[in-house]
Amino acid sequence: MDITVNILLTVATAATPLLIAAIGELVVERSGVLNLGVEGMMIMGAVGGFGAGYLTGSPWIGLLAAIAMGALFSLLFAIMTLSLATNQVATGLSLTLLGLGLSGMMGTNFVGQPGQRLPNLDIPGLTSIPVVGRLLFGQDPIFYISIALTAAVMWFLFKTRKGLTLRSIGDSHSSAHALGIQVIRYRYLSVVFGGACAGLAGGHLSLVYTPQWVENMTAGRGWIALALVVFASWRPWRVLAGAYIFGAVWIGQLHAQAFGIPVPSQMLSSLPYLATIVVLVLISRNKRLTMMNTPASLGQPFVPDR
Amino acid sequence: MMRLELVKRPQRSMLFSALSPFIAFVLTMIAGAIMFALLGVNPLNAFQIYFIEPISQVWQLHELAIKAAPLILIAVGLSVCYKANIWNIGAEGQFILGGIVGSIIPVLFPQFEGPLVLPLMLLLGMVGGAAYAAIPALLKTRFNTNEILTSLMLVYVAQLFLDWLVRGPWRDPKGFNFPQTIQFNESAILPELMPESGRANWGFVFALVAAVLIWILMSRMLKGFEVRVLGSSPRAGRFAGFGLNRMVFFAFLLSGALAGLAGISEVSGAIGQLQPVISPGYGFTAIIVAFLGRLNPLGIVAAGLVLALTYLGGEAVQSALGISDKVARVFQGMLLFFVLGCDTLIHYRIRLIGLAAPKLETAPKLEEAR
Repeated sequence: MDITVNILLTVATAATPLLIAAIGELVVERSGVLNLGVEGMMIMGAVGGFGAGYLTGSPWIGLLAAIAMGALFSLLFAIMTLSLATNQVATGLSLTLLGLGLSGMMGTNFVGQPGQRLPNLDIPGLTSIPVVGRLLFGQDPIFYISIALTAAVMWFLFKTRKGLTLRSIGDSHSSAHALGIQVIRYRYLSVVFGGACAGLAGGHLSLVYTPQWVENMTAGRGWIALALVVFASWRPWRVLAGAYIFGAVWIGQLHAQAFGIPVPSQMLSSLPYLATIVVLVLISRNKRLTMMNTPASLGQPFVPDR
Repeated sequence: MMRLELVKRPQRSMLFSALSPFIAFVLTMIAGAIMFALLGVNPLNAFQIYFIEPISQVWQLHELAIKAAPLILIAVGLSVCYKANIWNIGAEGQFILGGIVGSIIPVLFPQFEGPLVLPLMLLLGMVGGAAYAAIPALLKTRFNTNEILTSLMLVYVAQLFLDWLVRGPWRDPKGFNFPQTIQFNESAILPELMPESGRANWGFVFALVAAVLIWILMSRMLKGFEVRVLGSSPRAGRFAGFGLNRMVFFAFLLSGALAGLAGISEVSGAIGQLQPVISPGYGFTAIIVAFLGRLNPLGIVAAGLVLALTYLGGEAVQSALGISDKVARVFQGMLLFFVLGCDTLIHYRIRLIGLAAPKLETAPKLEEAR
């Protein structure tokens, strides 16, 4: 029983950064913007979170710094694609490349240093309940944030007027503009929200998952988060399910390596990436379904004419 | 509070089309100077070490050519993809597969020597890169799968595959357990161009030839026209009878083959054996090269040399000033950012307006250019 609980806990820990980054990107894409810079914003959040935690000695300040770093970095993307109408694919790519370089440079002095870890929740009486206690009341704070965030985004997008407006912008920015909606303002806020989420996801990696700084420690998770949004056909609860499936794949291959299964470890390590491809194929082969769910103006630059 | 406003130009500005890479370069320099100052280094001194010293002697120009060759080879292939609006961003993986498949002969059949070895290796490298690029192309055409994500995921798979090969089945049995293959024999080594003055090898010639050939393809042949039509308007392309699926395969196979050629040239020229890591991110930097060169093969040659210099400069400041060589990646990222930003000037006029200012003038009515 204990082993099962432990495995479930590690799956949740692996799924949380994917979930947060993907939920953020989902909002961005629902507003019609494709930000391929998730990996870059995530790694910036990771280095910012680790650095602030290490320098101040407080993981909570690290957490805030991670969020701020991601948001700030995404602002760069917003200015480029929204105010200067640059190509979103190319700009997102350059955000990732810049983030990987910048984080490596900023983190030079952090390599090998001991980091700060966010403490797990510990409620006397509740956390010690057998089996469910640790699953429900004994996880790291970002886990709870991720669940709350998913619920909040679900509520915002589908139960509020502003959420409806945001979705309508993603489906047709020119109609939304004609109705007097501030397309660019909504998109700015969405992109920065997505950046804050990606930063938080990166902070989870360097403040909870492995509390240390390793170059390129995101290891493609930002890209997997992007794939998750497609896999989830832009629905928050499916992102949640997808993130946990991928968390399970990620943890499963680590356990398999630890058990010494006679398969090369590199092959096991490549499983999450191969699984991403397989999942994308399965979900995209139904062309009509994909077309129906994709925000219609996704990735197209918008320049308001007066 | 000020606000940016874009006003569409009636037609693209030739002036800014030519100027924008240079403006971007100047802006990168300014941002770089600020960065060096923040790091506590005199910017002028740093620039001297970063951009001037690495190319002040003849042997250093050879090193520049070695770094530029793979960048140019990959980027000219990618330019065809991007012109056709097809997003192959997995060139890094195709580069690695080219290196692996091209190394089959020298690693598994080291007794095989003679003048045939090298051409066969290069051919196999191209086949390897093209075959690996065929995967995202197939998935896109058959299953409508997003090629950006699949081609990128395959990069990680390729890196792990190479790692497994050189630590496992292909490891040099007499190599003291180092994760590397045997040293290639003499006939499997790409010859140097001018051994008396430096290390540059034939890879650089391949890059220049590829750039010229792709330039001819794109500007003088029907296929190039097809690429451009399908890229700017798939609908118009369909009416003209151009097949989008065929174009996806064409672009992926071409860019994959060139990335594969770059991979085997790097392995057999600059390295001489397979190692766990054979590329300092050439496949990704080449994306920057392609855009900086305006997706034009001849512009890409110039851009490749500039980006190669950022690699050399990064190494130089690391050893001279103790700054992380990641500074190269930062320069590359900033350069791409500024290029993309400056490209806006080609299609739009930028106007700064105060939020409070009354909007009296009406925009001229323009036909949608695209």
